[in-house]
Amino acid sequence: MQQITATRPSYYRPAPKPEPRAVKSDPAPSRFWYRYERMMLTPLFRFALRVVAPFVLAVLAVHAYFADQERSDNFFLMLHELRTSFVERPEFMVGAMTIDGAGPILAGDIREVLHTDFPISSFDIDVGSMRETLLGLSPVKAAQIKIDGNVLQIAIEERTPVLLWRTQDGLQLVDAEGFVVSAAKGRLAHGDLPLMAGVGADVHAKEALQLLKVAAPLGDRVRGLAWVGDRRWDIVLDRDQRIMLPENGAVGALERIVAMAQVQDLLERDVSVVDLRIGNRPTLRVAENSVENWWEVRKTSLGVKE
Amino acid sequence: MGDLYQSQRAMRAMRKAAMQRGVVAILDVGSSKIACLVLRFDGVDQTGDMDGIGPLAGQSGFRVIGAASTRSRGVRFGEISAMQETERAIRTAVQAAQKMAQIRVDHVIACFSGASPRSYGLDGRVEVMAQEVTEHDVAHVLSRCETPDIGAGREVLHAHPVNFALDHRSGLGDPRGQVGQNLSCDMHMLTVDASVVANLAHCVKRCDLELAGIANSAYVSGLAALVEDEQELGAACIDLGGGSTSISIFMKKHMIYADAVRMGGDHVTSDISMGLQVPAATAERIKTFYGGVQATGMDDREMIEINGETGDWEHDRRQVSRAELIGIIRPRVEEILEEARKRLDAAGFEHLPSQKIVLTGGASQMPGLDGLASRILGQQVRLGRPIRVHGLPQATTGPGFSSSVGMCLFATRPQDECWDFDLPVEHHGVKSFRRAVRWFKANW
Repeated sequence: MQQITATRPSYYRPAPKPEPRAVKSDPAPSRFWYRYERMMLTPLFRFALRVVAPFVLAVLAVHAYFADQERSDNFFLMLHELRTSFVERPEFMVGAMTIDGAGPILAGDIREVLHTDFPISSFDIDVGSMRETLLGLSPVKAAQIKIDGNVLQIAIEERTPVLLWRTQDGLQLVDAEGFVVSAAKGRLAHGDLPLMAGVGADVHAKEALQLLKVAAPLGDRVRGLAWVGDRRWDIVLDRDQRIMLPENGAVGALERIVAMAQVQDLLERDVSVVDLRIGNRPTLRVAENSVENWWEVRKTSLGVKE
Repeated sequence: MGDLYQSQRAMRAMRKAAMQRGVVAILDVGSSKIACLVLRFDGVDQTGDMDGIGPLAGQSGFRVIGAASTRSRGVRFGEISAMQETERAIRTAVQAAQKMAQIRVDHVIACFSGASPRSYGLDGRVEVMAQEVTEHDVAHVLSRCETPDIGAGREVLHAHPVNFALDHRSGLGDPRGQVGQNLSCDMHMLTVDASVVANLAHCVKRCDLELAGIANSAYVSGLAALVEDEQELGAACIDLGGGSTSISIFMKKHMIYADAVRMGGDHVTSDISMGLQVPAATAERIKTFYGGVQATGMDDREMIEINGETGDWEHDRRQVSRAELIGIIRPRVEEILEEARKRLDAAGFEHLPSQKIVLTGGASQMPGLDGLASRILGQQVRLGRPIRVHGLPQATTGPGFSSSVGMCLFATRPQDECWDFDLPVEHHGVKSFRRAVRWFKANW
């Protein structure tokens, strides 16, 4: 039996199906996206979004975090501990203080003024203000402070008193620059220092020292210096003699008088005051009753009888 | 006319503001595509004072930084018929152009071709106040132009002062500062349907844009497609668009006539679609690939595959010769051109010294069109492309973008319109006082 087969002409073959083209309506941005894109293209808005918004957000977040007292306390405590743990490492700790160049009394004063509790971290030591404090002490002329290793080294230069100054409140010690060092215990305790008197004499201590140097040939006769009327010096000698020096050129005037005294024994004579206040008219004041005394002496020596 | 005067002045002010800001968008609402260009102004006054320095003057002041076009939806005969669809299309174009420009635009200058434009020639006459013609006199004579009855629901779109005449001297472009007695002026006024303009304005507003100007596409495509001497000597520009064909006649660098034929390339497509029984998209594709208007013997043998997706194999595998296709296309193109010819004749185009006709627009790209057009319109026909402007992408330099490019020129170098001049305030007291002053000047 023959099999029946049906042949189809080729054109009955189904055509290859064309790709189903997606029927796409024209794309258009929705109103929202249109507005959104326009907004994103606005320069001010973009700046706000890129810079202002993150900044504001960060500030707000920090504020919100620290609004709680406990949290902010914890935070600052943590910070403080962090600092302390670093600062208090042994290599930064200062354990002792050395004071060079100061006497025992001054050293005690310095320790009292600084009143530092050792050990202390070198970060907590304010060397500048410490030095200011030390310079505020009257006996201290200069101070050097440095932290060397674990030791606070203080080098002091003390003021040396060169003059005794008699004031209403008692005797004071004055150094060469005119600073009052301290109160003197008494005249005898400082017998080697020359004496000066008068209100404001300490300011002119330098001149006083010059005058004393010039007056050295007079030796023990110099009792002291007096600052008169806050303008000029007098040199006070024993036997109530006085050399009144001018305001200006006091040293030169004194040099002349000293020379005269050496050559002509001016000061050995019975003169109470040598007045040099007016430079071109030096004046001598003869002592009271000296003329009568002189006459007495001559009468006696010549044996003249009345 | 007062309301329109105000709104046109407001748009002019907005355009100036947009130029100050440096960015303005151009929107060409056509029947087949909607194009959007974003312009950036380099310097507003860079070329403002140097008139007539060369044929490319006026373009150096701006640069196209964004361009996009999309298939038009909801626009028929150059008028908006479905507002939602049109709005979506405008959004698409504007967004793409903005994205390319990387800048946001707020001001838009739009053009459209429909709304049955109608031209009027007006003239006015006034006596010059002082010896010399001042800007005030110009405004006065413009306001004196007799406005004809333009009909209900119509609005003035353009009102260009075309020509000024002072006493016996005519053909003055700018009479200011000249000495004379009687100043008269010819003005060209173009009116359109108010509802179409309102629809377009509404559509633009719905896209969050501000309408900074509005123009007729016949006018702006003439600006772009006619070269300078054609504009000067007299020429007609025929913009063969998708839904309508707009005609404008230029003379002495002014548009003196504009009209539109409500037929265009879309009608050719629909003819093909009906004749070949294919969908419109296929018909459009066949038209652009194989279309022509001049059949040769070769075209009889050139068979075109008409692909289809109906599922009917016989129907989908049809072939048609190119001659048949041309047989469908040609009558319609002839009809369009003849209609345009009628409009030109009605305008008195044959009396112009130069009879140049420039074809532009998307449908002018059809092969052989210039040969057909020269049979119908006269010998001096050429195909026009828009002039080159800075930064325009290659894809948008074709003749289909004439009106877009023309809008750029319109935006950067606007011609004087009636509303650029301050309308004179006509107080009776002021007038009589002026008259008294003049009497004194004349007699003392």
